[in-house]
Amino acid sequence: MNLVTTIVVLAVVAVITAVYVSWRAGRLDRLHIRLESAREALDAALVRRAAVCLELAASRILDPATSLVLAAATHEARTAGPEEREHAESDLSRTLRAVIDQERFKERLAETPAGPELIAELDTAVTKVIYSRRFYNNAVGQTRHAQRRWLAKTLRLAGHTEYPSFFEIDDDEPATFAKHT
Amino acid sequence: MVCPYTWDVPGGVMAHVRDLAEALIADGHQVSVIAPASDDAPLPYYVTSAGRAIPVPYNGSVARLAFGFLSANRVRKWLREGRFDVLHVHEPAVPSVGLLACWAARGPIVATFHASFQRSRALSVSAPVLQSALEKITGRIAVSDAARKTLVEHVGGDAVLIPNGVTVSRYAEGEPLPGWGPDGGVIGFLGRMDEPRKGLPVLLEAFTRLAPDRPGVRLLLAGPGDADDALAKVPASLRDRVGVLGMVSEHDKVRAYHSVDVFCAPNTHGESFGIVLAEAMAAGAAILASDIPAFRKVLGEGQAGALFTTGDAASLAQGAAALLDDPARRAKLSDEARLAVREYDWSTVARDVVRVYETVTATGAGVVEEEQTGRPRTAEPPAPEPRPAPARDHAEPDGQARPGRASEHAEADGQARPPEAAHVHPGEAR
Repeated sequence: MNLVTTIVVLAVVAVITAVYVSWRAGRLDRLHIRLESAREALDAALVRRAAVCLELAASRILDPATSLVLAAATHEARTAGPEEREHAESDLSRTLRAVIDQERFKERLAETPAGPELIAELDTAVTKVIYSRRFYNNAVGQTRHAQRRWLAKTLRLAGHTEYPSFFEIDDDEPATFAKHT
Repeated sequence: MVCPYTWDVPGGVMAHVRDLAEALIADGHQVSVIAPASDDAPLPYYVTSAGRAIPVPYNGSVARLAFGFLSANRVRKWLREGRFDVLHVHEPAVPSVGLLACWAARGPIVATFHASFQRSRALSVSAPVLQSALEKITGRIAVSDAARKTLVEHVGGDAVLIPNGVTVSRYAEGEPLPGWGPDGGVIGFLGRMDEPRKGLPVLLEAFTRLAPDRPGVRLLLAGPGDADDALAKVPASLRDRVGVLGMVSEHDKVRAYHSVDVFCAPNTHGESFGIVLAEAMAAGAAILASDIPAFRKVLGEGQAGALFTTGDAASLAQGAAALLDDPARRAKLSDEARLAVREYDWSTVARDVVRVYETVTATGAGVVEEEQTGRPRTAEPPAPEPRPAPARDHAEPDGQARPGRASEHAEADGQARPPEAAHVHPGEAR
């Protein structure tokens, strides 16, 4: 009788533990999926921004010097390895600010046929880098927090996934685009 | 879109959801809103009722919320039938439909945080319960710096800032209030009269300087606060030239904006984004505002409205006199204001929200769908149905959680597909 009770209690405890651990693992897994999507979104936003920058540099709207500066920064950002990427993307942000915040830049661009569309695209691309980076870093923060938990560490719930790192760049938008704040 | 507060009672969050939904619909997106509402309440076609809201004390005041089995079922049904591309939850931390939706859904979820408070016992106590729901949110939006700060401090993590918009068209036309109306001498003010930050004392002092020399000048005050306190700051001989409306309805507010020659915003500080100022601009009022950084920015350094030295009654009086004497300048400022306020129109604000939607769906993350039944739905660990799964049961959730990962959306740069947004079915955007 006593033995039966003990077995039943142990079984119930085991089941509850298993369910709890599996629920935890499921949550962590969901976070990993979210992290991965956020990383892809961030990557897409950065690629998109570079594409619009190149388009602007090649548009013959800008003077040759500005075009060259912009194209060079874009190229650096695109070809940077994982180690230098944050630096290169920050440099592109700074270059973009220097280019766009020139005196009467927006007005001059608006006078050209392709100008208004380029401005709108650039505005969208810059904003999306800001959004996707923030969402990505949020996901990183939460995933790191979950991976550091005692249970996740002990049972290696994270599996082979690496400990994610934040993506820290200067992505301030050009003053011409800045609004609301 | 999910609105946690009842649709029957007007409120800040409800108005935000309504204006955003209508701006998105006007832009060609398909939007469906679920909100608590009594069964006989008239609802716009895009709103689905999640059941009657029950008034409960929550977080220091009485909130009208919907929860329980009925609401949970309706939310699930709505999610199942809607097959949305993005789920946008407002105030997900409030124990109402929003939280239920977070629990029931998976896929791209965007959440907007509205509230700001110093301390919330409810949030800290229920943090573990909330966490698993909040973890699912991919993109977070805060409507103000204060709301963002609250989020950072209480929930952790960051959010992007997208402020409230103004429905410019709602303010564009208005019948002047009887007895007032632009006659070359009316100065208007709207805001809390008893809050020094709003700067009413500065305006009253300026009026006291201005009025004796100018018999035509009158003052129209609207907003909550004690009328007698305000009048006491004006000499008795001038009091009959000050009109105090007190709290005004939305409709009368529009009329008040159209009843003045000069609208004055004498705020001494704060006000990261002056919604009152934006409304006055939408109404095409000639504006005279203090030169705090936020106002200078909104008014384009004086292009769309005159500025005076913050807190300086003499400077205000001088500015007001100059404007009252110059109808041509007022007309110009009015035109410029109507132009500049477009930046704050809901259609512009909605564009930023759409960018958030596009960011969270950039990878073709799939449609928001119902969480698998049989999985524990609450944050209470001992789930009702024992499912002895091995500790590293990764395969099961992994296989289900990526619907449409390799769908046609995943294009080379991830963004070349049409701008689709809240509940837009692919191909029907625009």
